[in-house]
Amino acid sequence: MNFKHKFVFLFPGLFVLIGILIFPIIFTIRLSLSGWNSYTPEMNFIGITNYIRLFTDDPRFWESFFRLSFLSVTTVILQYVIGFALALMVWREIKFKRFFRVIFLIPMMTTPVIMTVIWRTFFHESLGPVNDLLGNIGVKPILWLSDPVIAKFTVIIVEVWQWTPFMFLLLLAGLLSLPKEPFLAAAIDGASPFRKFVYVTFPLMAPISIGAIIIRLIEASKIMDTVFVLTSGGPGTATETSSFYIYIKGLREFQMGYAATLSFTYLVIMIISLTIIAKVLTKLMIKE
Amino acid sequence: MKTIKTCVTALISALLVFSPVAYADKWSDQFPHIKTTGDIPGECSYESMSKKDYSGKTLKINTHAVPVMGEPTALHAEQFAKLTGAKVDVTHTPAGDLYAKAMVPFQAGQAPYDIVFGFSNFINDWRRYLEPVPKKYVEMKQMQDVTPSHIGVASWDGVMYQFPVDGDRHYLKYRKDVIDNPEYQKQYKLATGKELRVPQTWKEYGEMAAYFNNWDWDGDGEKEYGSAEVMKKDDLMYAAFYSRSAAYSKNPKTPGGFFFDLETMTPLINNPGFVEALTDWVAATKYVPPGGINFGLGDEIGSFGGGQTLFSFSWDDAFVAAMQPDSPINNKVGAAQLPGAMKVWNRKSNSWDEGFNQAPFFVWGWAVGVAKKSKEKEMAFDYLCFFANEANHQADIGIGRFGVNPFRNDDFKAEVWTQIGWDKDIAESYVDTLAKMEESKNRVFPLRVPGTFEFNAALATAAAKALAGQLSPQDALDEAAKQWNDILNRVGKDNVRKAYSVGVAMEDNKL
Repeated sequence: MNFKHKFVFLFPGLFVLIGILIFPIIFTIRLSLSGWNSYTPEMNFIGITNYIRLFTDDPRFWESFFRLSFLSVTTVILQYVIGFALALMVWREIKFKRFFRVIFLIPMMTTPVIMTVIWRTFFHESLGPVNDLLGNIGVKPILWLSDPVIAKFTVIIVEVWQWTPFMFLLLLAGLLSLPKEPFLAAAIDGASPFRKFVYVTFPLMAPISIGAIIIRLIEASKIMDTVFVLTSGGPGTATETSSFYIYIKGLREFQMGYAATLSFTYLVIMIISLTIIAKVLTKLMIKE
Repeated sequence: MKTIKTCVTALISALLVFSPVAYADKWSDQFPHIKTTGDIPGECSYESMSKKDYSGKTLKINTHAVPVMGEPTALHAEQFAKLTGAKVDVTHTPAGDLYAKAMVPFQAGQAPYDIVFGFSNFINDWRRYLEPVPKKYVEMKQMQDVTPSHIGVASWDGVMYQFPVDGDRHYLKYRKDVIDNPEYQKQYKLATGKELRVPQTWKEYGEMAAYFNNWDWDGDGEKEYGSAEVMKKDDLMYAAFYSRSAAYSKNPKTPGGFFFDLETMTPLINNPGFVEALTDWVAATKYVPPGGINFGLGDEIGSFGGGQTLFSFSWDDAFVAAMQPDSPINNKVGAAQLPGAMKVWNRKSNSWDEGFNQAPFFVWGWAVGVAKKSKEKEMAFDYLCFFANEANHQADIGIGRFGVNPFRNDDFKAEVWTQIGWDKDIAESYVDTLAKMEESKNRVFPLRVPGTFEFNAALATAAAKALAGQLSPQDALDEAAKQWNDILNRVGKDNVRKAYSVGVAMEDNKL
């Protein structure tokens, strides 16, 4: 088989890669250099005008980005802690182990938009059951969705509920794949459960933990449906995230060129920041 | 002979007593939706449509989600299919996505939908992709009854692009059983020294709403609140803000623009009139139900229609929902024009003009057009004409969730409403309110310029920041005005001015 034949075999894969990955990115870059909007329906070339606007005259994007960073880091930390705890619980020999494993996975299997509508109903300040129940024990109504600070935590609650199972699943798979020998050695040495966790389980789980955290951070940084349904970014702009803002600019206001600029910039920032986070996590969690 | 006379008299009496039944005809038997009126003769009546044959053809419609406008679209599509043999595919889309769902294929030169529903303020962006309504429909009897305001809303420079299926304006809804209650009038007078009456100004509205906030004033065991308003960003809240601003900022002595000064194209939205309105609105966050700052239109309809608040103002839907037979406040509500103000900003003299001012807001509403690239234009216009025929229209306007509201002169007759169970005085106050708005010479029409969405979104974001306490009213509106200037520079002042002049001409009673 000569070189040309090999190339023929590689070509379909290459073609698919170009089609689904490279082309959309190149198209987005080109779109970001245009002023396509509702009144200029064309891919005209306006140079880096959109980028200048983004970096000099759009504080709302940067505010939404920092808000997103807060929301995604907080939710992922909580998901990791809770997910790890649940995984450890069902990793051991406990009664109804299989039942709990299925129960813990249910939130992840539900449709996010539908569940967020249900959460929104729960948290509805005047008609929802949560404030009703709290009222029964003498707690004043909490402004779950209309207080700028509390609304952020409401978004976090919903996100943690929805996606902790994903973390749980990855971590449980990791725990089940761990070698038994280090645990046997620790048991022979008389290590307490706490020391076993700190010196055996956690270090062995570090590579899987980093993978799980990065996967969830990538997903959490795209948070859109929860915000869209729960608060529409409000009150004010208190829960607006980057993806929601890009959606507003692109599909509500129809500023396609500018939305492409935001998307591409966001992509670059995410690639850089996730690379840095992965490196930092590796350094912190994996001891040579 | 006497027996015959008696029989004839009895028959006539029976026909009069059971008049709705007397309307029953072969079409209302098949289509119970029009059971009250039966088919009403006309170019697009059931009878006329049954003579058309669109067998083998498919009509594709993109409309709003069920129920508001989505439900009547689907219902009339089903009826139209039965009558003409056509296949009608109806796609339901959330309100926020209607614009883009049509605009993307429009700009790409495609027509995945023959008929697109949207809002009347899309007209400037959409008109180049829409087929003008053909002359034969414009000249039809059913169209002759449409009010001049709504012909204006559906047209651009004299060409009708949107087929009138709905008429919209914002007005005040109030709990008649409270405002007219002598006990409460006495109690209110004692507590505040003021009269309890239908609020004439936004200040009165605020005072009454604050007084009737957070206590059980209708004795149902639940707390009630002052006002339900659309305050949720990106959920039509800018329209609510314009309603609150009109009285303070639409000065009949200074024609030439409400949103911009037409001459200079300076945004007016941060002038003291708008700031005063936003200050009032921020105060309103204290007398809305818990979570009211996040109320969208659906929440507002549900809240007022469900008896939770004293006041509300927005589209007709909340009022019609409140008047549904199964509503807890059926026949306990009243309608009135939007409150006014005791001062109005004069941008020429740069000072307040003292004295009562009121300005109805003909807010945008549902609108629908036929795609220029559609291959089934005739069928599409027939469908729209059928949708809005007299029988369907009369049935639709009585169903709150349909979102179809009065836009014909005939709708402003109290009998139309009393025959569906409304009390006479309520029906009269309702039609009187709507008719007076039509007659007003100090009206505000929605912004219909290139980039409308950008302008409204910028304003909504700023207003939402003020409501959430993130910015003061003045700072919020200054921020919005700055963004409006940026948008003007991007779109081009002359482009916006040219389009805006059409709306200004309507406001200045020149069209």
